[in-house]
Amino acid sequence: MSSRRRGRVLPGFGLSLGVTLSYLSLIVLAPLAALLWKAGDAGLATLWAGISSERAVATYRLTLGTALAATAFNAVVGFLLAWVLARYRFPGRRLLDAVVDLPFALPTAVAGIALSAIFAPTGWAGALLEPLGLKVAYAPAGIAVAMAFTSIPFVVRSLQPVLEDLEPEVEEAAFTLGAGDLAVFARVIFPALLPAFLSGCALAFSRALGEFGAIIFIAGNIPMETEVTTLLTYIRLEEFDYPGAAGLAAAMLALSFVTLFVVNALQLWRIRREGRA
Amino acid sequence: MTPRTRAGDGPAARRALLALAVGLSALLFGAPLAMVLGRALAMGWGVYVEKIADPFTLHAIWLTVTTSLIVVPINIGFGLAAAWAITRHQFPGKRLLTTLIELPVSVSPIVAGVAYLFLYGSLGVLGPFLQDQGWRIMFTVPAIWLASLFVTSPYVARELITLMRSQGADEEEAAVSLGAGGWTTFLRVTLPKIRWALFYGAVLCNARVMGEFGAVSVVSGKIRGKTETLPLHIEVLFNDYNATGAFVAASILALLALVTLALKTLAEWRLERASG
Repeated sequence: MSSRRRGRVLPGFGLSLGVTLSYLSLIVLAPLAALLWKAGDAGLATLWAGISSERAVATYRLTLGTALAATAFNAVVGFLLAWVLARYRFPGRRLLDAVVDLPFALPTAVAGIALSAIFAPTGWAGALLEPLGLKVAYAPAGIAVAMAFTSIPFVVRSLQPVLEDLEPEVEEAAFTLGAGDLAVFARVIFPALLPAFLSGCALAFSRALGEFGAIIFIAGNIPMETEVTTLLTYIRLEEFDYPGAAGLAAAMLALSFVTLFVVNALQLWRIRREGRA
Repeated sequence: MTPRTRAGDGPAARRALLALAVGLSALLFGAPLAMVLGRALAMGWGVYVEKIADPFTLHAIWLTVTTSLIVVPINIGFGLAAAWAITRHQFPGKRLLTTLIELPVSVSPIVAGVAYLFLYGSLGVLGPFLQDQGWRIMFTVPAIWLASLFVTSPYVARELITLMRSQGADEEEAAVSLGAGGWTTFLRVTLPKIRWALFYGAVLCNARVMGEFGAVSVVSGKIRGKTETLPLHIEVLFNDYNATGAFVAASILALLALVTLALKTLAEWRLERASG
């Protein structure tokens, strides 16, 4: 519900919009413009050499693969958590609801050292998994674990309000017509959740692609093997290879814009659909 | 058998899904917390206190707290201005502005750090000019503030925009039509209605400022005892094979996370009560 204009205009428009635009320009847009400027300065050939180097391409493959695995995990487990929180009343629900946000509240460096200690060969999980031949710490699996941990609240928090707002009547009608649980879920509930579900997954995926703090502690960081794109960008800076860093950062920024566009399109889809219903 | 009205409400499905959700959550969220607190206290309280009393750790705590004291109020101000402009006025480009405010959420912290380096660094766009004036921003404490402002700028704004949009402007319009001035209307009508959302946004913003790692590690230069925040200090200790020290430092931030979750739950509860 947005307020409709009624001829009367509230004061403070100039001041509030002025402050907003100046702050946004100074703090957010100027640095991003500087990044694109410097990337342009380096020249397309130099930029492309950095973006397409063998080591960079290896990081894309690893980052995309592990982020996809993490997002698939979060799609399933995040869905389950949102479902339980939205539809069931049980003792400890408030606690579970609070704890789901832990990955947002816990600094990534803390998550990183905790996960690396858990999955190290001597850690709780590592000691169980290592004899089975499953290497998590200092391997791609560890990167996926770190990504999954830091991005799962995006899926839960996107789905939960939509699940809570679902009208029970539609489900009741489907049951009356003789549909079973699974049929109602697949034909009635899931389609209604799809835009929110996809935008939650897109946000989680984007967060996984950009994650740095949690990953570097558990990844092992071996070039060509367990080096993610954010880390390579950081290494390029430390080597004073600024064009190299600019190319990788600009590529990641472009991906962020794509995510933003996708999430916005999904939101519009949902608004239109709800408007029709 | 009573006819079912909602999917997944059968006792068996309910029990199975609940058990699975609680079990997975205990592993996923409980294990990392238990690991941090357990390892921090593994050597006993004596060692714990001794590690915290380390001058570099104390300095890192000091820097992290002061950074938050500077960044959070500024982003509260920005959030209030942005929400007032967007939810109380009509203007072209509103959708675009709302999207731009959200932008930092989907930008990698590393990209944010690189962007600041290319603006203020010695080879950056403004860096050389500022250096001629005797100003250095990169690898100083203000660089940490700036990068933190970037990363956390959406937190208060998005909470306020969501709430103020759903509240509508009717009450403010009534106040103004009765002769109240702009600031009076804001302070006496708007602020009481949004205080819990404001508090909620500020708590999230604070948690993110204190925990920011990627952006800060690029712009701070990680100078020990000078520009090393608590998260950066954790990394240094961990890489120095001082695992206990790292976990002690991490436990402070883990406790902060628990306090954050508690305050957030409180704010949510008050918000729900306020909206009925």
